[in-house]
Amino acid sequence: MSTDVNVKLDALPGLDPNAMPLQVKDLHVEFRTRIGTARAVNGVSFDLRPGETRAILGESGCGKSVTAQAIMGILDSPPGFVTGGQILYRGVDLLKLPEAQRRKVRANRIAMIFQDALSALNPVFTVGFQLGELFRKHRGMSRAEGKARAVELLDLVRIPAAKQRVNDYPHQFSGGMRQRVMIAMALALDPEVLIADEPTTALDVTVQAQIMALLAELQRERNMSLLLITHDMGVVADVADRISVMYAGRVIEEAPVGDIYETPAHPYTKGLLESIPRLDLKGQELAAIKGLPPALTNIPKGCAFNPRCRYAQDVCRQDPPPPLYQVSPYRTAACHFWKEVKADV
Amino acid sequence: MSDIVLETRDLVKHFPLTQGILFKKQIGAVRAVDGINLQLRRGETLGVVGESGCGKSTLARMLVGLETPTSGDLFVQGRNMSRVSATERRRGRRNIQLVMQDPYTSLNPRMTVGDIVGEPFEVHPDVLPKSRRRARVQELLELVGLNPDHINRYPHQFSGGQRQRIGIARALALNPEIILCDEPVSALDVSIQAQVINLLEKLQKELGLSYIFIAHDLSVVRHIADRVAVMYLGKIVEIGNEDQIYDNPTHPYTQALLSAVPVPDPKLRGLRDQIVLTGDVPSPANPPSGCRFRTRCWKAQDICAQQEPALAVREKSAHPSACHFAEVRDVVHAHE
Repeated sequence: MSTDVNVKLDALPGLDPNAMPLQVKDLHVEFRTRIGTARAVNGVSFDLRPGETRAILGESGCGKSVTAQAIMGILDSPPGFVTGGQILYRGVDLLKLPEAQRRKVRANRIAMIFQDALSALNPVFTVGFQLGELFRKHRGMSRAEGKARAVELLDLVRIPAAKQRVNDYPHQFSGGMRQRVMIAMALALDPEVLIADEPTTALDVTVQAQIMALLAELQRERNMSLLLITHDMGVVADVADRISVMYAGRVIEEAPVGDIYETPAHPYTKGLLESIPRLDLKGQELAAIKGLPPALTNIPKGCAFNPRCRYAQDVCRQDPPPPLYQVSPYRTAACHFWKEVKADV
Repeated sequence: MSDIVLETRDLVKHFPLTQGILFKKQIGAVRAVDGINLQLRRGETLGVVGESGCGKSTLARMLVGLETPTSGDLFVQGRNMSRVSATERRRGRRNIQLVMQDPYTSLNPRMTVGDIVGEPFEVHPDVLPKSRRRARVQELLELVGLNPDHINRYPHQFSGGQRQRIGIARALALNPEIILCDEPVSALDVSIQAQVINLLEKLQKELGLSYIFIAHDLSVVRHIADRVAVMYLGKIVEIGNEDQIYDNPTHPYTQALLSAVPVPDPKLRGLRDQIVLTGDVPSPANPPSGCRFRTRCWKAQDICAQQEPALAVREKSAHPSACHFAEVRDVVHAHE
């Protein structure tokens, strides 16, 4: 066997094996476009413990995917720029690493799976070749060795007849199977952190259940941390330990999963939960949130949610935006009136 | 007039698969919809659920006349649409209108909202004289909660939820009795989705509309539908009232489908009796013999491969279910 890249990774300056696998501190990302600067991420902070699943929940355009891309270092730049903050992997600030070292962290320590597996895989190479590439590039294996490992991986993600399928091209797989290939690719080098960006959004519910069950099992076996980016409150309730809810580029509420669903402390979280059709309220109007999310080029002054909020007062319309108030020792919410919101049933 | 506004009898759509370029010969068929019997009553909402490829969109396209059935009959208000003259068929289509899934591709970007919503009057000019059309379009915009002054704007100036409202206004233009909604909210964010669902329910109450509501989101269908039909590979496998399907499902596919839906309540985590199906949906070009679900079913016996189960009321199923072994199973889907 050839040299293990991990050896070199241990030499990362400031690496602390006891620090959190992932910590994001006050991250800012903006997109500089012709029509103005879109502030996609405005001071996002969270951490990820070993073996934990944290969900980042939010609607389109809230900055959840951009946050993931910034962590992976795959932001389209230009127009996208990380303008502030830190992304720490076990104490090492990834934003300060030279690209060569960062590439080693990526895939080896932090890996990512995407929503659309068909466009994330290369259509002109067999899946075996693409999986083997990881071992060739990162582990210095030969083609034959790489392919043998690819078969093992396809087995691991329960693709039937892995020995034959390893020679197939991505288009020959169904949607669910393709997502399994992508999971195999992400897990190939045994990462500590897996970022899953809407991993099941394009799939049918029965296939979604298969994929989420597989992810949960692999996570348990490897004690891997999972950062799940999604808009689906059902999936979050099923798998997450802690949740960060995002709105207009900020985390507006952060809490253990049970607390969020039982006593939301931010009006936006509350509104989202009330928008879901519920059995006991059949025949009644759904409590929709009025209005639309703001354009990121023109975020309202004060609390970004204030034009849509039924609790809004004058203080909400003035800068600075509400800070993250400590709701309990384990949870925070960025609302001046979190006490009222939380007490309201 | 009878109480049934729309009925299908053995409706079938097969898409031919051909081989060769110059001398094409048919080598098979994709059996997208394979014998559907449905009845829609006045003022009710019939939900149609199923996964991608089950034929629900092809069914919708046949119902509004965008696709000609391979065989079978479609009755709109008692009239057999495949037996009437072309003029009358055209006239009949006024009564059944479609709201499409994707609000970004279903509106022509070069037309103003006024032209889009008013286009049905160009196709059916005898409905309303030209002089009154603009006022009617403004009335429609107001009805769906848009500002009537925005009549000269273009689709790109609206958000996804507003565009879906434009699509709904267009569907309402000819005063139809039946609206077919093909995944009307699945492209929208949750908070916007609720606004559009509320609008659809309000319109139904005010205008006495009958809806066929096609969706893959089971909780949305449960909220809006009175009756639900579950489709699998071109066939209805189970049909019944909303509470029959959701509380007492008897077909294994319905049970698996319901159990797979994640419930937005962390307290129920691990309590649900989740059935994780193995494998994928077989190809509709070559469906399994007998029961089409048998290749993924945990109850399958020899009889399932030999004999296709009819959609009928059975000993242990109070509502029609297409399974030889239909039986109620509690899947703890609903919270509370």
